Amino acid sequence: MKGYEAVIGLEIHVELKTASKIFCSSSAHFGAEPNANICPVCLGLPGVLPVLNKRVVEYGIRAALALNCEVARFSKFDRKNYYYPDLPKNYQISQYDLPLAQHGYLEIDTGNGRKRIGITRVHMEEDAGKLVHQGTVTTTPYSLVDYNRTGVPLLEIVSEPDMRSPEEARAYAEKLRSIIQFTGISDCKMEEGSLRVDANVSVRPAGSQGFGVKTEIKNVNSFRALARALAYEIERQISVLEEGGRIVQETRTWDEGKGVTLSLRSKEEAHDYRYFPEPDLPPLVISREWVEEIRRTLPELPDARRERYMKEYGLPAYDAGVLTTTREIGDYFESCVRLYPRPKTVSNWVMGELARLLNATNTEITASPVKPEQLATLLKLIDDGTISGKIAKTVFEEMFNTGKDPQAVVEEQGLVQITDAAALKAVVEKVIAANPKVVADFKQGKDKALGFLVGQVMKETRGKANPQLVNRLLKESIANSDN
Amino acid sequence: MDLCFLPAHELGRLLREKKVSAVELAGAVYSRIDAVESRVKAYLLTLKEEALNQARAVDAALASGEELLPLAGIPLAVKDNICLRGVETTCASKILKGFIPPYDATVIERLKEQRVVFTGKTNMDEFAMGSSTENSGFYPTANPWDLERVPGGSSGGSAAAVAAGEAVLALGSDTGGSIRQPASFCGVVGLKPTYGLVSRYGLVAFASSLDQIGPITRDVRDCALLLNAIAGHDPRDSTSAPQEVPDYTEFLVPDVRGFRIGIPREYVGEGIAPEVRAVLNRVVELLEGMGAEVEETSLPHVRYSLPAYYLIAPAEASSNLARYDGVRYGLRVPAEDVVTMYKRTRSQGFGAEVKRRIMLGTYALSAGYYDAYYLKALKVRTLIRRDFDEAFKRFDLILSPTAPTPAFKIGEKVADPLAMYLSDIFTLAVNLAGVPAISVPGGFAGHLPVGVQFIGPPFAEGQLFRAAYALEQEAGLAAKRPAL
Repeated sequence: MKGYEAVIGLEIHVELKTASKIFCSSSAHFGAEPNANICPVCLGLPGVLPVLNKRVVEYGIRAALALNCEVARFSKFDRKNYYYPDLPKNYQISQYDLPLAQHGYLEIDTGNGRKRIGITRVHMEEDAGKLVHQGTVTTTPYSLVDYNRTGVPLLEIVSEPDMRSPEEARAYAEKLRSIIQFTGISDCKMEEGSLRVDANVSVRPAGSQGFGVKTEIKNVNSFRALARALAYEIERQISVLEEGGRIVQETRTWDEGKGVTLSLRSKEEAHDYRYFPEPDLPPLVISREWVEEIRRTLPELPDARRERYMKEYGLPAYDAGVLTTTREIGDYFESCVRLYPRPKTVSNWVMGELARLLNATNTEITASPVKPEQLATLLKLIDDGTISGKIAKTVFEEMFNTGKDPQAVVEEQGLVQITDAAALKAVVEKVIAANPKVVADFKQGKDKALGFLVGQVMKETRGKANPQLVNRLLKESIANSDN
Repeated sequence: MDLCFLPAHELGRLLREKKVSAVELAGAVYSRIDAVESRVKAYLLTLKEEALNQARAVDAALASGEELLPLAGIPLAVKDNICLRGVETTCASKILKGFIPPYDATVIERLKEQRVVFTGKTNMDEFAMGSSTENSGFYPTANPWDLERVPGGSSGGSAAAVAAGEAVLALGSDTGGSIRQPASFCGVVGLKPTYGLVSRYGLVAFASSLDQIGPITRDVRDCALLLNAIAGHDPRDSTSAPQEVPDYTEFLVPDVRGFRIGIPREYVGEGIAPEVRAVLNRVVELLEGMGAEVEETSLPHVRYSLPAYYLIAPAEASSNLARYDGVRYGLRVPAEDVVTMYKRTRSQGFGAEVKRRIMLGTYALSAGYYDAYYLKALKVRTLIRRDFDEAFKRFDLILSPTAPTPAFKIGEKVADPLAMYLSDIFTLAVNLAGVPAISVPGGFAGHLPVGVQFIGPPFAEGQLFRAAYALEQEAGLAAKRPAL
């Protein structure tokens, strides 16, 4: 970055998976028919009033504690005023100067070890609805509004400007997702919009303490896009400065297709939200007893679980990190290890074959066709010599595709390992007879030649031969042929 | 027997004794409406057919021996900013023309449980912004005592309906005096309850931290009965108070011996009409004659009520009224794009006073002005509340005129908003402080009724009823009715 340093802060919105919305009893579930989950309150009809969903506060406190925040004793709601057709009251009930929680942090891994990223605040607010256009927003003759999402509870989590690279920003966002996801209050799915990231970024001469003029980037729809958008924007800002220009404070949107950020609106065009205290809701007084009660029910969080995996299972830091990305991966791993107590082997399979097939089929680990018990059984079949490690991969794939037990797959496809020396002897003799030159090479000390011969035997037996046994039989036969 | 001018508690007795049927009573009210409504224009719409059906159901229940609740069969008019399911609710604004709420306000639910008969929706100043009902988006209402004068506002339709015999009871709403001032102008009783006593769910919001629904009635006993029916905690209104509600009729004893009553000197100084001062003096004599101790006192910050109110109320209104944008219900003036549609709809849908207050409120909340205006107004509000707290350490009640003048002429103040605002000068502070106040007829200025206002500490509605009832008995004004 040619003598420049980037300064990045993130604002992350997380949709809470409560049964009902934040201020009414309409369902908050995702995926219903348009305008199925609405009522007079979330539609903002004349005369209705909001009533705070206690579960939202509980979830908010849970997130705040998991992010090491101080939960406010006294908090309040405010109105954020702006006009948009997806916002039925034309104001959003949010929190302004007295948020639910402040002064937290989380830790990320960087090239130079662990780094603490400050969390400025966590506050609660209601989500807006969704506009449905015919074609694009600029050419549509009219737009339809779906108010299902209106009033779905959100937490906004604002970081300190503590990140210095796109990679750190991505690590922060991913870590935050892990932590929130572990607390069980949100699905944190970027593709469904239950986790949304806006980034503030500026650049300054390396070593300088002041802040440059920042821009805000919206519309990043994946962690990869976040890193790409930041990398682009940092380069853009540096080029502007290098050419003697000035950075304009503005909101920019990430164009995923073109790989660029584009100006959306300048500071002058920014809304004046005219925040003021929400008169329909009394201030929120949160007792210490309640906070402590929630603290006691917090589950084990990613960092603690990672430490435990390293200590308890002797896993390398990398494995422990991957297995604690989500609570479900860790749960899968542990269920399997309970039945098959060789943690590193399980880890290899979970991070390897299982992850590959889950990714390829876009399947959640909780919906994996291969259950932890089935994977454990498969691994035992390798250990007891029933199948070879190589065949096991084939068996696993078949299990994944059909949901069948490993024994059933092995039997149906006749994949039981051939460990009978007499049965293999004929194949070995045949391979030796067909490859006199390779046999000669081996005899002259070319060890690699043996590998080829083993391969040929495996091929003849469709991989079912026990490789150690084949090895021994080949050596014996070649030695015997000398006599 | 002129049923239309009997109070609800009398009519309730006649119904239970089967001397009158609910259908007869409803019929009498609609005959009266047919006779005078073209001159008074208290209603925006009437519900004759529905009302007669409700009345028949009451008669059937009575015939089957069912025990009736106190307000069963009583014709009641509803201010048009209170939602009645299935009935157009416009707040007297063109922008809400055609809006039919799919739900009942909590007060309506409670009155339906009582089997009250709903006569119709009454006229008002648009979105309750005004003091004369001249700001109605449709037409002004006349004062039944003098058709050339205003009935007051914003609940002018409700007060006029009760005064003219076009309803026995009415619901109003009071944000800065909108129940009490029209009650005073129309010679009826009007109560602004303690903030939080009556649910606001279903009341179309003007200024959420000030609005309260309250009764407008022929006498104090009716007022207590109607409050009994509508008061009490509502889980759908987070600002509603969780406490138990007493039976307010138990406070109706004509005895104010030993009552300490304070009259703030700020409320009897300049700007008060001599005939209003005369009524107040007469009321003081009556109260002292009954053994109350009346003394002058001071509420030093109430003189800032008007500026504080005209920042806080418009600020909240600017946000509350933002939802009327033509997207979902009510008026839509089509345009090529959504922003132009917003502008056209709101330009054509709102009247001048509403626009004035939206602009005032938007300005007061704007970046850079918030601290100087809105925040400062909130601080003044706290000082005013403290003034009342202090006063109620020494006094049981505070007494003042309800309005500085009797009803003024239609058109007299429309061109001068500030003069109009001043007609609420004695009522605004009560809303800012959140305390209860009742306006009760105190006397006459010529042919025009003049009310006085009792103000009490939070949740002391019982005390207010007691003083108002004693005065009502002593003043002997209840039999007076307008010659229409």
